This record gives sequence, structure tokens and C-alpha cells, in this order.
Amino acid sequence: MKNGIFDEQGSMDTIILNGLTKTFGELAAVDNVTLSVKSGEIFGLLGPNGAGKTTIINMLTTLMVPTSGGATITGHDIEKDPEDVRRSIGIIFQDPSLDIGLTGRENLDFHAMMYGIDTAERKKRITDVLAIVGLTEKADVLVENYSGGMKRRLEIARGLIHHPRVLFLDEPTLGLDAQTRRKIWDHIKDLNKKHAMTIILTTHYMEEADYLCERIAVIDHGKIIALDTPAGLKTLLKGDVLTLSVNGGLSSFMPLLKEKLWIREMNLHDSNLTITVTDGEKRVPELFALAHVSGTAITSVSLNKPSLEDVFIHLTGSSIREQEGTRHSHVHAGMRRRMMR
Amino acid sequence: MIQPAAIYVLWLREMLKFVRAKSRMIGAIAMPVFMLVFLGLGFRRVEFPGLPPEIGYLQYLVPGIVGMTLLFTGAFTGMSVLMDRQFGFLKEVMVTPASRVSIVLGRIAGGASTSIIQALMMLFLSVFLGFALPSFPMIAASVVVMMFISVIFICIGLILSSFMKDIHGFNTMTNFIIFPIFLLSGALFPVRNLPAAIQIFSYLDPLTYGVDALRGILIGYAAFNIWIDLLILFISSTALVCASGYCFKKGEVL
Repeated sequence: MKNGIFDEQGSMDTIILNGLTKTFGELAAVDNVTLSVKSGEIFGLLGPNGAGKTTIINMLTTLMVPTSGGATITGHDIEKDPEDVRRSIGIIFQDPSLDIGLTGRENLDFHAMMYGIDTAERKKRITDVLAIVGLTEKADVLVENYSGGMKRRLEIARGLIHHPRVLFLDEPTLGLDAQTRRKIWDHIKDLNKKHAMTIILTTHYMEEADYLCERIAVIDHGKIIALDTPAGLKTLLKGDVLTLSVNGGLSSFMPLLKEKLWIREMNLHDSNLTITVTDGEKRVPELFALAHVSGTAITSVSLNKPSLEDVFIHLTGSSIREQEGTRHSHVHAGMRRRMMR
Repeated sequence: MIQPAAIYVLWLREMLKFVRAKSRMIGAIAMPVFMLVFLGLGFRRVEFPGLPPEIGYLQYLVPGIVGMTLLFTGAFTGMSVLMDRQFGFLKEVMVTPASRVSIVLGRIAGGASTSIIQALMMLFLSVFLGFALPSFPMIAASVVVMMFISVIFICIGLILSSFMKDIHGFNTMTNFIIFPIFLLSGALFPVRNLPAAIQIFSYLDPLTYGVDALRGILIGYAAFNIWIDLLILFISSTALVCASGYCFKKGEVL
């Protein structure tokens, strides 16, 4: 944890988690998590299924009470003044949470009324958020007739209507098609920029975390196992991989390369040379210069940057994880068993 | 603690959905209508011991069926929290700044309004079977009793739903709690005709007093003193509102 919390100014932190813990029976779903999120930051919680991301969000949004430890959001304690916490946050849940028996507009209107926003202002804001998510024409259709993507967009609109200072996004693009996902990503970036909104998102999509987040906490088994910028996390791996096809002059080229300290690993198979380096793109010209000196011809070169996925696998040991049984799925499984008998 | 805006929103939502869901409305009053028609006509000539002869069975039955309508619609609206939990809408309400107490009161307000509308529909439908409606002030007074009855059973529904985590326990609840409450209440026959051991349970059933008060107001015949009925209804509804507020506050949302 290079970017620990201790070297940051306390006053700049919008969200502070201090030893936050939640246990279900024997299982510690969230285990002593301490971190802070800066004001105006897009912060990612990345982890496999069942890592404890949603449990953290549920505690921060006051839906669950922590077993021990605590957290503050915009200075309000999640246990002592939950109503003030709720006033300053917006949340877009992982599972649908719309009233499908109401129209899109009614869903937004009722939500805004809960925050005590007056009629004229509500009208204006509803028009605005509907335009942002592109649902203006469908506003007066019952939500049960919406597609999955439209529902998601409506939930995002609802999360924004009361102008929260902190927005929680729990798997915001889960199960959406590529275009919708890209659109939603752009909305999220936009919101963060225009309204200086602090955003916390959970995801298990690497490219999502990479594209959106300024900092990422990698969570596994309820614990933070790494916390850094996406680029910083990638440096946890040995580096970029350069693959060169070379021709002739190897007897003088190889010894030259061996002297270079920035080369971490080197392998030669036939005429293919793979080199692991840091800052691969900056090393390419240098490699060509060395090749020129030693009379080696480089016929092709490719550079592979490590992906966040590589980092993730490196940290968590595997990319696929069985979902931990939630109480809900457990009950359903029980019902199914009873019905089978 | 109590936010009128939040209560109003939840009430408005319930009313809008009620008006829209015609099938739900028809489904909810279908059973009381059948009970009223078949029991009312089938037992038309039955004379219960202990009833004044000038009160026909239909006159006697109508307030009971009105009570039954309030019991079923009330308990189901209370338990509709489970539906909201299933569809995730409960979480949405719970992350807004609305206090838990306001959320409970909003639900009670919405549920009581729809229950009373359905009960009044039953009352007016019964006129077609020959029920003699009392004067308007009496009908207005009966609405007060209806309000107590529906609040009581909405709260019981809310309390039950805070213990049940999903919709599957619903039928069990209906069979083992709602039906006994109905059958014990004397909605269909005088409680005094039950064996003494069972009568004890009748006297613990708030619907017994609700139905009795409705009879007193609507047909001018009550087994108990109507003021005692009202006092018991008032005390139990107040206690249950507090209890459901407490359960809702304590219960896990997810």
C-alpha cells in the first residue's frame, strides 16, 4: 500500500473508513478496512465476486450496521447520524430498485420529493436528468416496459436528481451492452468533472476500473490487498513485455543487452527475443540504437502493457471465484430443494 | 422525526398504484364478494340463537364481510413490503433521508386509504343483495372504525414482513394467521356460539371488536358496549403502530 492514508490531508477526505468490519456468523465479509477517499475523486473497489465490495457499500449507505469500526461521509458518522449521511449521498444499486408500476417520471419525482425539493425545482431537475440519460421521450412510460439499459439509465438519473455530494455506484454497468456501458462511463466522468462529485464505484470489470478510477482498492476476502492508481498497480508486475524479431549480430547484441539494468528478464527463442522492461515504449528507441551498433536487424517489434487483469490475477491468485452464498440465494436454494421433494 | 413530505410521497405512490392496478382491486374484493353472495344468500333463512329475530343473516353478515375485507387488504398491504424488498424498491426508500418512522406511517396511510376504499365498495355492493344502508352520519362513523381495523392489520402485516425475508412464507402466514383471525372474529356467526375454550381466542382477536363496532354502527346491534370496542381498537392500533415502527427500525433491510 504505497499511497496509504496517512500522508494525505484529513480535511480533503470526503469518505473515511476506519477499521470497518462486518461479520456474518463466522465469516468476516469485510475485515478491518481502513481507507479514505479524497474529495472529487473517482475511487474504485475492485474485487472478485463475494469479496465484500457490496457489503462495504451497504454499510456506507446506512443499509447495514457495521459489526465494528466505523466510517464518516462528508463528516457525518454512518451510525450516529445516518439521516445526514443519506442526505449527502446518492446510490445506484447493483440490483434493480425501481418501482416498475410507476412511470420513469414518477420514479424520479417521488425520489426528489423524499429530499424535500420543491415542485418547480423538481420539474427543472427531472427535465435535466432525463436529458442526461437520454430518456426524455420515455419519461411517461411505465417502467415495466423499459429495457434493461433504460432501467439502468433511469436509476442513474434518480441517483443524480438530488445533487448528492457523494455518489455510490455498485457495479454500474453489470450486464449492459458495450454501447450503453461506454455511454454510462462517459456520464460518470462528466458528473465527476462538472459537479466535482466524489464517486465510489465497485466493479469486477478491469477495463471499467482502469478507464474510470483515479485510485483503486483491490479487495479480496474482505481485506484490502492493494491500493494505488491503475498505473501504480500495474507496476506491481515486473513490467511491459517487448517482443522483437531479430536477425544476425546476436553475439554482440546479447551481451550489450545483458549490461542494461532496466532489463528485468530476457528470453531468446529462435529469432524471437522477449524482454521484460519498465516503461517499454521509452526503451524501444534505445533498443534500436543498440541493435544498430551491434549490426542486428530488428524486423518487428511489439509491446504488451500489463492489464489491470494481470495485476488482479497476480494479487488474488485467480480470476474466477465462486460467488459466496448470500442469505437470499440460500433461501431460494432451500425452496428449490423443498419443491423437488 | 416525522416528515409529512415522505409520508405523502408513500401515500401518493400507493394510491397511484391502486388506481392503476384494476386487476389487483378486483382480485382483492373478489373473495369477500363471493363470501357475501354465497353465505348471505345461502344462510339467508338461518336463525342464530341469541340474535334478535328482526336482524336477518344478511344484515348480520355485511359488517363481518366489511371487516374481512379490511383484514385481508390491510394485512396484504402490510406484507407488500416483502414485494418491495423483492423488487429492490425498499432499499431505494431506505437510502433517502426519510426517517424510518415516516416510512412506516406513509405505508400505513396509503394502505389504510386503499383498504377503506375497498371496504366501502363492499358495503355499497351489498345493497344490491338487499342490505339496508344506515344514514350518512352512521356510514361516516363506520369509516373511523374501518380506519382502526385497517391500521391494526397493516401493522400486523408490517411486523410479519419484518420477520420474513422473502415472499415464500406468504401463504403460510395467510393460512395460519390471517384466516384464524377472520374465523375467530365473529364475522360469520356470533362468537358466543363457539365453545368456551375457543371463545378465549376470539376475545384476544382485535377483529372481534372491530366487527362488533361496525355492527353497532351499521345495523344497530352489537354484542359488546361499542365504547369498549372503540377503546380496545384505539389501544391496540396505537400499540401496533409503535411496534411496527420499532420492528421496521430494527429489522434488516436487505
